[in-house]
Amino acid sequence: MEKLLDLQAISKNFGQQLVLDKINFDLIAGQIIGLIGPSGAGKSTMIRTMLGMEKADQGEALVLGHHMPNRYVLGEIGYMAQSDALYETLTGFENLQFFARMKGLSRAEIPEAIKHVSQVVELTEHLNKSVSGYSGGMKRRLSLAIALLGNPRLLILDEPTVGIDPALRRKVWKELHQLRAEGVGILITTHVMDEAELTDKVGLLLDGKMIAFNSPIALKSSYGVNTVEEVFLKAEGELE
Amino acid sequence: MKILAISKKVFLELLRDKRTLVLLFMAPVFIMWLMNAAFSANTETNVSIAAVDVSDSIVKSLDDVEHIKAKDYKTESQANQALEDQTVDAVLIFKDENNYQVTYANTDPGKTNLTRQVITSTLKQAQIQDLIENLKKTQEASAQAIKKAQSQAGNLQAGDSNEANIDQTQTEEIDSSQADDIHLSEQYIYGDEDTTFFTKMTPILMGFFVFFFVFLISGMALLKERTTGTLDRLLATPVKRSDIVYGYMLAYSLIAALQTVVIVLSTIWLLDLEVLGNIGDVIIVNILFALVALAFGLLLSTLAKSEFQMMQFIPLIITPQLFFSGIIPLDSMAGWVQSIGKVLPLYYAGHALSKIVLNGTSIVHLGNDLLVLSLFLVILTILNIVGLKRYRKV
Repeated sequence: MEKLLDLQAISKNFGQQLVLDKINFDLIAGQIIGLIGPSGAGKSTMIRTMLGMEKADQGEALVLGHHMPNRYVLGEIGYMAQSDALYETLTGFENLQFFARMKGLSRAEIPEAIKHVSQVVELTEHLNKSVSGYSGGMKRRLSLAIALLGNPRLLILDEPTVGIDPALRRKVWKELHQLRAEGVGILITTHVMDEAELTDKVGLLLDGKMIAFNSPIALKSSYGVNTVEEVFLKAEGELE
Repeated sequence: MKILAISKKVFLELLRDKRTLVLLFMAPVFIMWLMNAAFSANTETNVSIAAVDVSDSIVKSLDDVEHIKAKDYKTESQANQALEDQTVDAVLIFKDENNYQVTYANTDPGKTNLTRQVITSTLKQAQIQDLIENLKKTQEASAQAIKKAQSQAGNLQAGDSNEANIDQTQTEEIDSSQADDIHLSEQYIYGDEDTTFFTKMTPILMGFFVFFFVFLISGMALLKERTTGTLDRLLATPVKRSDIVYGYMLAYSLIAALQTVVIVLSTIWLLDLEVLGNIGDVIIVNILFALVALAFGLLLSTLAKSEFQMMQFIPLIITPQLFFSGIIPLDSMAGWVQSIGKVLPLYYAGHALSKIVLNGTSIVHLGNDLLVLSLFLVILTILNIVGLKRYRKV
């Protein structure tokens, strides 16, 4: 299978502080990988390195076969940040239209693309409303819709289910599984441990080190516990 | 064209933000109107002088001067009391023949200057008057001496006394012609007798407002993109860094053009501003200046962590420019102060705008100002495009 993401021993320093310590990580098409770890563990820096916003001090970051940073690859990645990152004064439609243009979709493709993604996140009837009038959940869905624009081969979602209700969360996961079936590779960071159970592989990031990287079942058995949450706590305890 | 899409978005966001729109278009007009009202309200300074032991004729001629009131005070202490009570602005005391002493309240330098001028000229006049009188006396004395000599010589030559009479009438004629008012007909290249200090400030203020609002609003806009995360999201697409900067520029040049038109037209209609040069030239200079302001705002916004920190640039970056903009004549400042002014963009924009509005200079003769402004623009733009590397490495 094609490796959509391939981090080879990347390290990153901010001044004296070592934020990423020789991280090895890969993601193949049709896979959902969860990245868990406390805040400050280096999840955001890892994602920023994949997107070319930061450059690794050592090691190689390969995304869709290209060395990062690389501007052109970004067109094939769907990115959803931790914050909603929407233009509040614009309507949902205008937000989608703007980011579709930025992703390089042609004028002819845009209406169809917007129609498709807004159906996926069930926002079609709210598209003409100004985003400032959206509820928190609606903003999250619109943010996801923007990430889905242009049928990206790789999705990088930073805490996509924060602040949305359980029903919607289930819907989002259903959609993610649907995308996986279509061969999309998905990297997802989360704080919700039971979400980690739904992934194909889990990476445990602690103090800039990838302390475990395996399927939830394998992790649980190797640590001798019943949930990913316990794996996380045990791993954290061992490190200290 | 991604640049167009970005500028459309920037423009659309601004259009939806009614408060900012009001700030952009109404605030400058309102402030200009207010300043005009404040500066043209009463530009006359009235001064009252207390005179002690000064001759009546001098007090009278002082009092005759427009905007000056002179009053005789009996004693020095009375006069000084009046100065302390602020009923008079200066005390003039006669010491001895050629010595006068003036004490100024000096709370208003304008009044002090006026008092100084009036007193000096009046005293000089009095001196000349004395001289003329003395001259007359000696003339009369000599005339009498001649008469005496003539009478002594007897009335042998009647024609001589006639000649003396003619001399006297001639002097009288000269005296009366001196008493006639001298007519001064006044002409103005720019404006009329109602032209105030505000008029000189208007073109510079116009540029200042364009700079101020574009700087602030564009800086805030990019800051908001950063803090809300839209900048990250934008940079997570294949868009070029330069496209973002150019997109902002395109949108704000349009806004600056609109703002300039509103400011120029409102000052012309509301404040009777006379533009000697071409209004189109004024707009071109302002658009260029707005782009400098935009690039400046975008650059500085990267140094600010919050809206409040952005506001902190106003006293540091914006206000000092006003001092060196030409509102206070730069050539009267110390050399090193002048060179500060010359590194600030408002100096060049203010100069160009003043020339167009007040002197009617065409833009083609202002190449130097435009060149410096363009240089500012190019350098700041490059810095911005490079500066965005902080947020994405390519």
